[in-house]
Amino acid sequence: MSFIDRHIRAFLLVELLQGMFLTLRYMFRPKITLNYPYEKGPLSPRFRGEHALRRYPNGEERCIACKLCEAVCPAQAITIEAEPRDDGSRRTTRYDIDMTKCIYCGFCEEACPVDAIVEGPNFEYATETREELMYDKEKLLANGARWEIELDLRLRADAPYR
Amino acid sequence: MPKLTIDGQEIEVDASMTVLQACEQAGAEVPRFCYHERLPLSGNCRMCLVEMERAPKPVASCCMPVGDGMVIHTNTDEVKKMREAVMEFLLINHPLDCPICDQGGECDLQDQAVAYGCGESRYTEEKRAVSNNDYGPLIKGTMTRCIHCTRCVRFSSTIAGTSELGGVFRGEHLEIGTYVGNTITSELSGNMIDLCPVGALTSLPYAFKARPWELKKTESIDVLDGLGSAIRVDSRGGEVLRIIPRLNDDVNEEWLGDKSRFACDGLNRQRLDQPYIKKDGKLQAATWDEAFGAIADKVNGLDGSKIAALAGDLVDVEAMTALKDLLASLGSNNMDCRQEGNAVDPNVRASYIFNSTVAGIEDADALLIVGSNPRIENPVLNARIRKRYLEGGFKVGVVGPAADLTYKHDYFGADATTLNDIASGKHEFAKVLKGAEKPMIIVGAGALMRADGAAILAASKAIADNLGMVKDDWNGFNVLQTSASRVGGLDIGFSPKDGGLDTVGILDACGDGKVEVLYLLGADGMEAAKLSDTFIIYQGHHGDSGAHMADVILPGAAYTEKNATYVNMEGRVQRTSLAVFAPGQAKEDWAIIRALSAALGKTLPYDTLPDVRGRMAEINPVFATTDEITPAEWTDFGMAGDLQLKPLSSHIRNYYMTDPISRASETMAACTAELLGQGGETERTGTDG
Repeated sequence: MSFIDRHIRAFLLVELLQGMFLTLRYMFRPKITLNYPYEKGPLSPRFRGEHALRRYPNGEERCIACKLCEAVCPAQAITIEAEPRDDGSRRTTRYDIDMTKCIYCGFCEEACPVDAIVEGPNFEYATETREELMYDKEKLLANGARWEIELDLRLRADAPYR
Repeated sequence: MPKLTIDGQEIEVDASMTVLQACEQAGAEVPRFCYHERLPLSGNCRMCLVEMERAPKPVASCCMPVGDGMVIHTNTDEVKKMREAVMEFLLINHPLDCPICDQGGECDLQDQAVAYGCGESRYTEEKRAVSNNDYGPLIKGTMTRCIHCTRCVRFSSTIAGTSELGGVFRGEHLEIGTYVGNTITSELSGNMIDLCPVGALTSLPYAFKARPWELKKTESIDVLDGLGSAIRVDSRGGEVLRIIPRLNDDVNEEWLGDKSRFACDGLNRQRLDQPYIKKDGKLQAATWDEAFGAIADKVNGLDGSKIAALAGDLVDVEAMTALKDLLASLGSNNMDCRQEGNAVDPNVRASYIFNSTVAGIEDADALLIVGSNPRIENPVLNARIRKRYLEGGFKVGVVGPAADLTYKHDYFGADATTLNDIASGKHEFAKVLKGAEKPMIIVGAGALMRADGAAILAASKAIADNLGMVKDDWNGFNVLQTSASRVGGLDIGFSPKDGGLDTVGILDACGDGKVEVLYLLGADGMEAAKLSDTFIIYQGHHGDSGAHMADVILPGAAYTEKNATYVNMEGRVQRTSLAVFAPGQAKEDWAIIRALSAALGKTLPYDTLPDVRGRMAEINPVFATTDEITPAEWTDFGMAGDLQLKPLSSHIRNYYMTDPISRASETMAACTAELLGQGGETERTGTDG
């Protein structure tokens, strides 16, 4: 019997019509594609995007050059050099991230004891040259200044689960 | 020998041991902070508590002598609980600022908190804070981190012998510090940094520079004094960041002098990184070919007797071998490695080495120091003498500069003629030496540099002979060489032969115009006036005084930048290892001389380092093996003569600046200014603030 059944289905184009009906149904449903870049999808507070170096509310940079992020980085994308600042505190003189090496694992953020290096919500930083992806301390601090409000909100949102 | 049971394992140990040592021997790990093998016991950190059967309470194993039939447990739940409790107490007042602490990554407290701590704190009250003292230009004290193990206090009072650190107040208020307003001035102060199990004492010049896990570690040998201490060179990215000692019980135990430890920043400053030629009275950068060409123009066709060479303090044996062979092929015998002109006999090895060996000091029972201040000439050796002194039954007499040697000694003035009195047995100290079983004499290089150096050598030898210092199994005659290249240079025969000129002769001949070309192999500090008309070739690694008067400069490699052979003052052949590459176009020294020989048309017969070392072993069989001491034959040396009345003195005035590397070091300049109150080698200009 199954032999006859299969042939009837084949000659009556049942499967084809089923598929076309599915397509027809989606024509009346709300659209799920986004008109990027004018529209954007939701992001988790844990999304790991472009890096930023944060400052304290009083303007002091958070990073204390402990080098734990450099040590934990599996791609060895971070390079840090440090020396005592004039006031004797421990600060970096160089904080470079090679964004072409970075694999966005977020370990640097996990390792940081002072929440200085974070991966922010920004994923739109494509560049025309590779050189622009070699981030230095200035660039990272500028990122921090630009994204601070959002970074702070994200950290607060995620804090109960840590 | 007592028998113990440790964790169910029966073990027989020496009766003088403590339970902690017995546990170590049995392979049971016992954590500790205050206990250190080379320091006196104190037993105040309580981390080494173990359980002992039939004892009412846990015992501090580091201070518990072993007894027959003891049953020790180190891995029970009870012991684990005790360790967690002790760790919790230690961490109560510890600031837990590991991220900004330089000890992070090599911290005993950090490691042991992970291994033996309970993982969380119940302490919510306020922590205590301690204000920091100024410990001088070498040590950074962050005393809030201190856990009061008192290792530094015990080091300064017993090993260094300067008693500069101590504790004030009691209980929780105990603070470790110096006496009001004082800094730490000991020449061995850097060792406290190594001893400190936490980050309370850290290296100031190295502050925040690197983490231990990012450093490349190279085992090498120190050359900034004559001892040849075992060191580890820590570098990152072509820069030497710090130098720390390695264990070598025969030489430096585990200590290192401050100069050897902290002068490494001088390796990055004032370096010669390309050849230079003097044109129109000014040094101008040149290529290697141009530099060799300039030398060839001058040297070719010149009679051998008009060429001379001097080797400096930091030169390796390979370079001296190559230069010696080159001079021989040019027909010159004018060479000397005794740059400062010390009067030892180059033909008699016993006359220029430390025959008793450094470890042998511990067997000696009387010591006469002649014209030397071992504390600044070689602080680690001085610590070894102090160690022997503390064991008791050790008389020390000094004829030479008056100084605080950190141990009790009889001072007999600085008059050299006293030596004759001692040699003839008239002097009171002669009886002490005569009565001793293994007496020794240390003759300072400063005494041998005088015009009557040969006579002082002879007088010292007479003392050794007359007072029974040389026996079948003991040679008590020692010369305290202060430079790393001296013994090696004499061993390889870099000294005048067959009527060749020695240092004084060469300099005089340069003044008279009898020597026209002078090759300075790392030799600095020559009198410029005598050399004004001489064509000077300077080969070295720093732009020091030698380079200033040079006509051609050939840039060489410093000791951290080459695999090279040095012989320490005992005659121990040791090798440095390459940690970083020499800057710019600088090359290994023997290779430069080999290349120069080809440019002069007198190509030397070796192309590789093993070939050079083969040649060295051919000249002197001591170079065939490393790290072994061959006792030197005791034959006649020295020239008896009249001793001058000039007082004996040490030739080193500033411990912190003795060679091109330490003279280029900012840290050493800071030490000179702050600890010695001097303006350094150069006079202050008035614009230095």
